[in-house]
Amino acid sequence: MSILEVQNVNKSFGGLKALQNVNLKVEEGTIHAIIGPNGAGKSTLLNCFVGKLIPDTGSVMFNGQSLLGKKPYEINQMGVSRVFQTPEIFGDLSVFENVMIPCFAKRDGAFRMHAIERVEREVDIREAAEQMLIDVDMIDKKHMIASSLSRGDKRRLEMAMCLSQNPQLLLLDEPTAGMARADTNNTIELLARIQDRRHITMAIIEHDMHVVFSLAQKISVLAQGTVIVEDLPENIKGHPKVKEAYLGEAAE
Amino acid sequence: MLGLNKKDTKFLLIVICLTLATPFLMQPFAEGTALAQFNGGYPDLMQRVAIFGIFAIGFNILFGLTGYLSFGHAAFLGVGSYSAVWMFKLLSMNIIPGIILAMIMSGLFALLIGYISLRRSGIYFSILTLAFAQMSYNLAYSVLTPITNGETGLQVRPTDVRLLDGANAPDYPNLFGWTMSTSYKWELGAHQFTFNVGFYVCAVIAIAAFYLSLRIFRSPFGLMLRAVKSNQQRMSYTGLNPKPYTLAAFVISGMYAGLAGGLLASMDPLAGAERMQWTVGGEVVVMTILGGAGTLLGPVLGAGAIKYLENIFSKINESVLHSWFSFLPDGLEDAVVWLFARFTGDGWHLTLGLLFMAVVIFLPGGLMEGGARIRAKFGRRGDIDETGAATKTPAE
Ligand SMILES: Nc1ncnc2c1ncn2[C@@H]1O[C@H](COP(=O)(O)OP(=O)(O)O)[C@@H](O)[C@H]1O
Ligand SMILES: [Mg+2]
Repeated sequence: MSILEVQNVNKSFGGLKALQNVNLKVEEGTIHAIIGPNGAGKSTLLNCFVGKLIPDTGSVMFNGQSLLGKKPYEINQMGVSRVFQTPEIFGDLSVFENVMIPCFAKRDGAFRMHAIERVEREVDIREAAEQMLIDVDMIDKKHMIASSLSRGDKRRLEMAMCLSQNPQLLLLDEPTAGMARADTNNTIELLARIQDRRHITMAIIEHDMHVVFSLAQKISVLAQGTVIVEDLPENIKGHPKVKEAYLGEAAE
Repeated sequence: MLGLNKKDTKFLLIVICLTLATPFLMQPFAEGTALAQFNGGYPDLMQRVAIFGIFAIGFNILFGLTGYLSFGHAAFLGVGSYSAVWMFKLLSMNIIPGIILAMIMSGLFALLIGYISLRRSGIYFSILTLAFAQMSYNLAYSVLTPITNGETGLQVRPTDVRLLDGANAPDYPNLFGWTMSTSYKWELGAHQFTFNVGFYVCAVIAIAAFYLSLRIFRSPFGLMLRAVKSNQQRMSYTGLNPKPYTLAAFVISGMYAGLAGGLLASMDPLAGAERMQWTVGGEVVVMTILGGAGTLLGPVLGAGAIKYLENIFSKINESVLHSWFSFLPDGLEDAVVWLFARFTGDGWHLTLGLLFMAVVIFLPGGLMEGGARIRAKFGRRGDIDETGAATKTPAE
């Protein structure tokens, strides 16, 4: 069954057609990679899933419900979490607080006036957040201020924040960009482990083919705003259309 | 105790002791000495320190936690004062109904202004609040004269109805018969200390206000407010709606301002439009930043420092300056006195401006940061949690 179904999505910015008749189906429990050259419209497509942008035409269905016109926090409450291309974290807060916040959001919903409760006494939330930090191997950085983390750690923290919500669909926008090889391998290992253990469906945008072929069960190739190929990983390698799309790009 | 951990309980106890000991702390010099003019332990000033402390504590819940800078909080102070005086006129000179209505009305007013202003953020939000404050001032000054008594200001009269007051109820604001202006003096050698009922009423309410803000800072709600300041985008994509959180903070801080306004009227039962002027709203901004925005104690210290200095500086007129510099040769004396007179008396605002600039440039974290730096210098590291409520989770 497909958890996310995108049909005939179009989006233009002024005269620029960023997305043209995009169709995409993400099957439940799989890792679906979206690849394509820079400026192909990959981030724009994700923006249409999370309520940041509204497509000009077309539909985006999540578990049979339309996501169009919904606010970002409503979409998240439905079970969609997103890791951004440039890390979006709470820079002024500690790593631990960064992970507690999504745990509160998961438990208490979009708004709750919990002004008299004490963060200190929220044992369940604290344990969940701690466990998450252990899972991503960041427990030793628990009390660090998030903005002082390295780039790789910020990304990892953002992933931890999204994962702590136990989303049904996790969207990742170039999660390993700018990471050192070792960190990239850690991330691959982390995502594979999460998927194996919790069966979270993931849609992942990635430039690093090593990451793509290590994780993806299905790959969509986007070029100039259209999906040119959607196939299994083994059929994507050496596909003439894909080669053509990447021509001029730095060869991987 | 009281839903606080050990460290916070200790902190609260210290604040309680300092607040209750204000009549001593602000009166350090013996009477009749040259320094006695720097004493600040008289009722009017102590009341103002406590009241503006409350105002600043509330303002800090909005500005310190969410980062939304309102220039319009004077409007809520004014609404609080008018509401309280109306209660004195209609119901009773007992301050309780007045204070309750002050908080309710300012809360409703804040809900309206906050709902509209919070459609924008950053500088546009600040400008909207400023515009609302100015509108409120003008409304109070002219249009709403039947309610506010225009430029004369709203006062209590012997002819007021005062439905709940009996024949021999006091004609002054009181707490169950205890009038606010009652003072007890205590002579101790050359020292004289004044214990004023009004001040202690304000002090007890200020402690309660501080305690509530401490609880908010430590609550999940407080964490969400800091999240608003840090990254609203991330908040939305984490399933949280920043709007109601910010609006709640706005209303709470508006009610704190209303409470402060109600108390001002309780100490001196009149309310005028000038209390709503944007300069009053600007003053609370200065107090909060001077003390240290986002810290628990900073805004109170800022309020205390500014009210104290304002009082002292305003008192230093030219004849006082002449007596100080009389040892200088005549021509030089005049020149020095002329120079200093620019910064004292009516020139106090000039000094305040310079002080504010110096703090913002050299000590952006305010007095609290200054304290932390001094402590760090003397080797007492750690334990500066107050400056960074944000930085640490309480002891595990
Ligand atoms: N908000 C926007 N306004 C105007 N143009 C945009 C906007 N977002 C993206 N674009 C343009 O749309 C195209 C696709 O961008 P994007 O989706 O970010 O590509 P990528 O596949 O590299 O993530 C680019 O040409 C980009 O310049
Ligand atoms: Mg992109």
